[in-house]
Amino acid sequence: MIENIEMLESHSAECTKAFDKKLKGIDGKRHIILCGGTGCLSNHSTEIQDKFEQLIKEKNIGYKVEVNQVGCFGFCSQGPFVKIYPEETLYRLVSVNDVEEIIESDIINNTVVERLLYVDPATNEKISKQDDITFYKKQKRIALHGCGVINPEDINEALGMGAFKGLKRALSMSRQEVIDEVLASGIRGRGGAGFPSGRKWQFAYNVESDEKYVVCNGDEGDPGAFMDRSILEGNPLAVIEGMMIAGYAIGAKNGYFYVRAEYPIAVNRLKIAIKQAEEMGLLGDNILGTDFSFRCHLRLGAGAFVCGEETALLNSIEGKRGMPRPRPPFPAVKGLWGQPTIINNVETLACIPFIMREGAQAFSSVGTENSKGTKVFALGGNVNNVGLVEVPMGTTLRELIFDIGGGIPNGKKFKAIQTGGPSGGCLTEEFLDEPIDFDNLVAKGSMMGSGGAIVMDEDTCMVDVAKFYMEFICDESCGKCSPCRIGTKRMLEILTRITEGQGTMKDLEDLEELSETVKANSLCALGQTAANPVTSTLKHFRDEYIAHIVDKKCPAHICKNLMQYQINLDKCVGCGLCAKGCPAGCIERTYYIPEGHKLASFNIDTSKCVKCGSCMAACRLKAISKN
Amino acid sequence: MGKLNATAVAKIEEICSRYTDEKTPLMMILSDIQNEYGYIPLEVQEIVSKHTGISVAEIYGVVTFYSFFSLTPKGKYVIGCCLGTACYVKGAGEVIDRFSELLNIKPGETTEDGLFTLDALRCIGACGIAPAVTINGKVYPKLDSTKVEDIIYQYRWNETHGEEAPTA
Repeated sequence: MIENIEMLESHSAECTKAFDKKLKGIDGKRHIILCGGTGCLSNHSTEIQDKFEQLIKEKNIGYKVEVNQVGCFGFCSQGPFVKIYPEETLYRLVSVNDVEEIIESDIINNTVVERLLYVDPATNEKISKQDDITFYKKQKRIALHGCGVINPEDINEALGMGAFKGLKRALSMSRQEVIDEVLASGIRGRGGAGFPSGRKWQFAYNVESDEKYVVCNGDEGDPGAFMDRSILEGNPLAVIEGMMIAGYAIGAKNGYFYVRAEYPIAVNRLKIAIKQAEEMGLLGDNILGTDFSFRCHLRLGAGAFVCGEETALLNSIEGKRGMPRPRPPFPAVKGLWGQPTIINNVETLACIPFIMREGAQAFSSVGTENSKGTKVFALGGNVNNVGLVEVPMGTTLRELIFDIGGGIPNGKKFKAIQTGGPSGGCLTEEFLDEPIDFDNLVAKGSMMGSGGAIVMDEDTCMVDVAKFYMEFICDESCGKCSPCRIGTKRMLEILTRITEGQGTMKDLEDLEELSETVKANSLCALGQTAANPVTSTLKHFRDEYIAHIVDKKCPAHICKNLMQYQINLDKCVGCGLCAKGCPAGCIERTYYIPEGHKLASFNIDTSKCVKCGSCMAACRLKAISKN
Repeated sequence: MGKLNATAVAKIEEICSRYTDEKTPLMMILSDIQNEYGYIPLEVQEIVSKHTGISVAEIYGVVTFYSFFSLTPKGKYVIGCCLGTACYVKGAGEVIDRFSELLNIKPGETTEDGLFTLDALRCIGACGIAPAVTINGKVYPKLDSTKVEDIIYQYRWNETHGEEAPTA
């Protein structure tokens, strides 16, 4: 039990020493760590760990090597990762079959397994250390502090990396001083809207009440975003500490985590972290011998995107349908169970310990004038280095996509990047050199959002993308207010018509008008931003809409009604693989034998074709194309 | 469905009494029931209503609001196709269409033999291995529509033979 500040200090010092020994190999052991994020776990990272443990036991080398799992490394497309301390050798794309070689070669004979090292695509050089990989070079880790380094299920490793130092400092200050520090750091909410967190805290602080609450919004529903999940999986104690500091500042004794039920690993690690903190006396009554008492509670979502909206989230915790409430009153005045409540996003809370530990200045020295600190992005879609990246605010989109993201795969051309998920917009090539910050992205017609960043290549149909987001919003609209409930449905109908080749030019005007109406009249942010993907694609890719409507063509060959599969008769060697795999039976041999070929070519009866694409996948000569 | 048996009633009552310390435990109770039985029919909602004092109408409202709760039983194997943006731009639409076509059910439905339920999932956060599909929690990474038939075949084989299908 840690009962006071002195005990925390001495225990933390011991933990730091022990952790340092582990990383530097002073304990006489090698340490194998494995990525335990969702992506790597689905790529058998647990089986790899089991195999390591089994071999270590069989070979009786437990005295010189240990293995454990850590949080997300971030470089998901190269996972699963295995890192070996103290050399910090990083192996990527490791499979169960590689384990024996790693043990034999690296652990026993001290020879690096060259074939498992990351190869820099630009120089073709093998890189053995994480920090030397371009993907990591431009990153700066504040919110992701400890992720991919510490064992998230061991509180002592977190303490070894400075956990609770921020809380310790906060408790030595007055509540107003803590809020002033957060205000001075300039941090703005990482959940999407970018409201200054310190001001939110101040509102709740100013309201007199016996009972106040801190809520952590972990309902990360934005498709293609996994920042919050990775933080909760990689360093749950940082978020707990952030919540406690917020609780101290506003005068709350209870905090609620609201996490998506779709994130079982994050939920489990959070539960373990809460339990370990309680057992150490770091959560509960009279924390560190002060009169500050705080408890954390966990609530799970149940699959409703709108619950990421703060008032809908409160209703959900209260056991109701997750529908937003009109504001004002704002939650800081009248929130959970009618009491003053602040709702902060996971990433925001994860930054708070850093601000308190290192000081507001350390945070505000990073970033741009009005957007301080760093931002975590989930980089996905058509980009080489899919993964989780944390960059200083002000980094340009080009650095994000091409330097860190490694550019577009298969030599395709960049078309757009969608930031802010279904509430955001797409940004085209002309904006690549724009610095990323809250205000600049809004000025350019998109938004920061929670940090989803989906890269799209030239084969993406932007009308289809707009339809995809509208389908999502339409599905997730809670139905409380009519502009959102009915407006999004009408917009979806129009978009569907256009992608099916039934659209008219009048549809474009209707879309624009509907966008305005839904934006201006919806109750919550879900509706107010619902039209953004439509407005931004209409603005930047109007010609694609017109191609669908006037020429009845989908330039990217995505919309099935507007494209056909075709066999190039002169390329076809008549092997028949396409016809064999055709579920519609619409491919038949012709009488045409191209010059120099032995067999007659095949042809597709487009009237019967169901456009499944299996012929194109089957053809080895690339004789089948879409047009 | 018929009347609930005594064990089931006892179990549901036990779940209801798990959270007596909580102010508003309805979501937690319903989540536990959903996890235990896979669905929350009206008879069960009535028991919850009796225990919590919340009207059945309100409980029904909550059950139908959240996609995680279901009024009808799910299949033995729940196929969840991620349709998050990252998966979608990498062809998840074709994958779910293929499942739908081969199983002859629409997303959200269950096959007549009660074996498969097809669900469209919002982002499961496995964007690094897009397009991803989960079947009863097991994740299938980087799928494309040509691999779907084989996966269904594996599960059907397993069902009739009680073991994994031999690989070619």
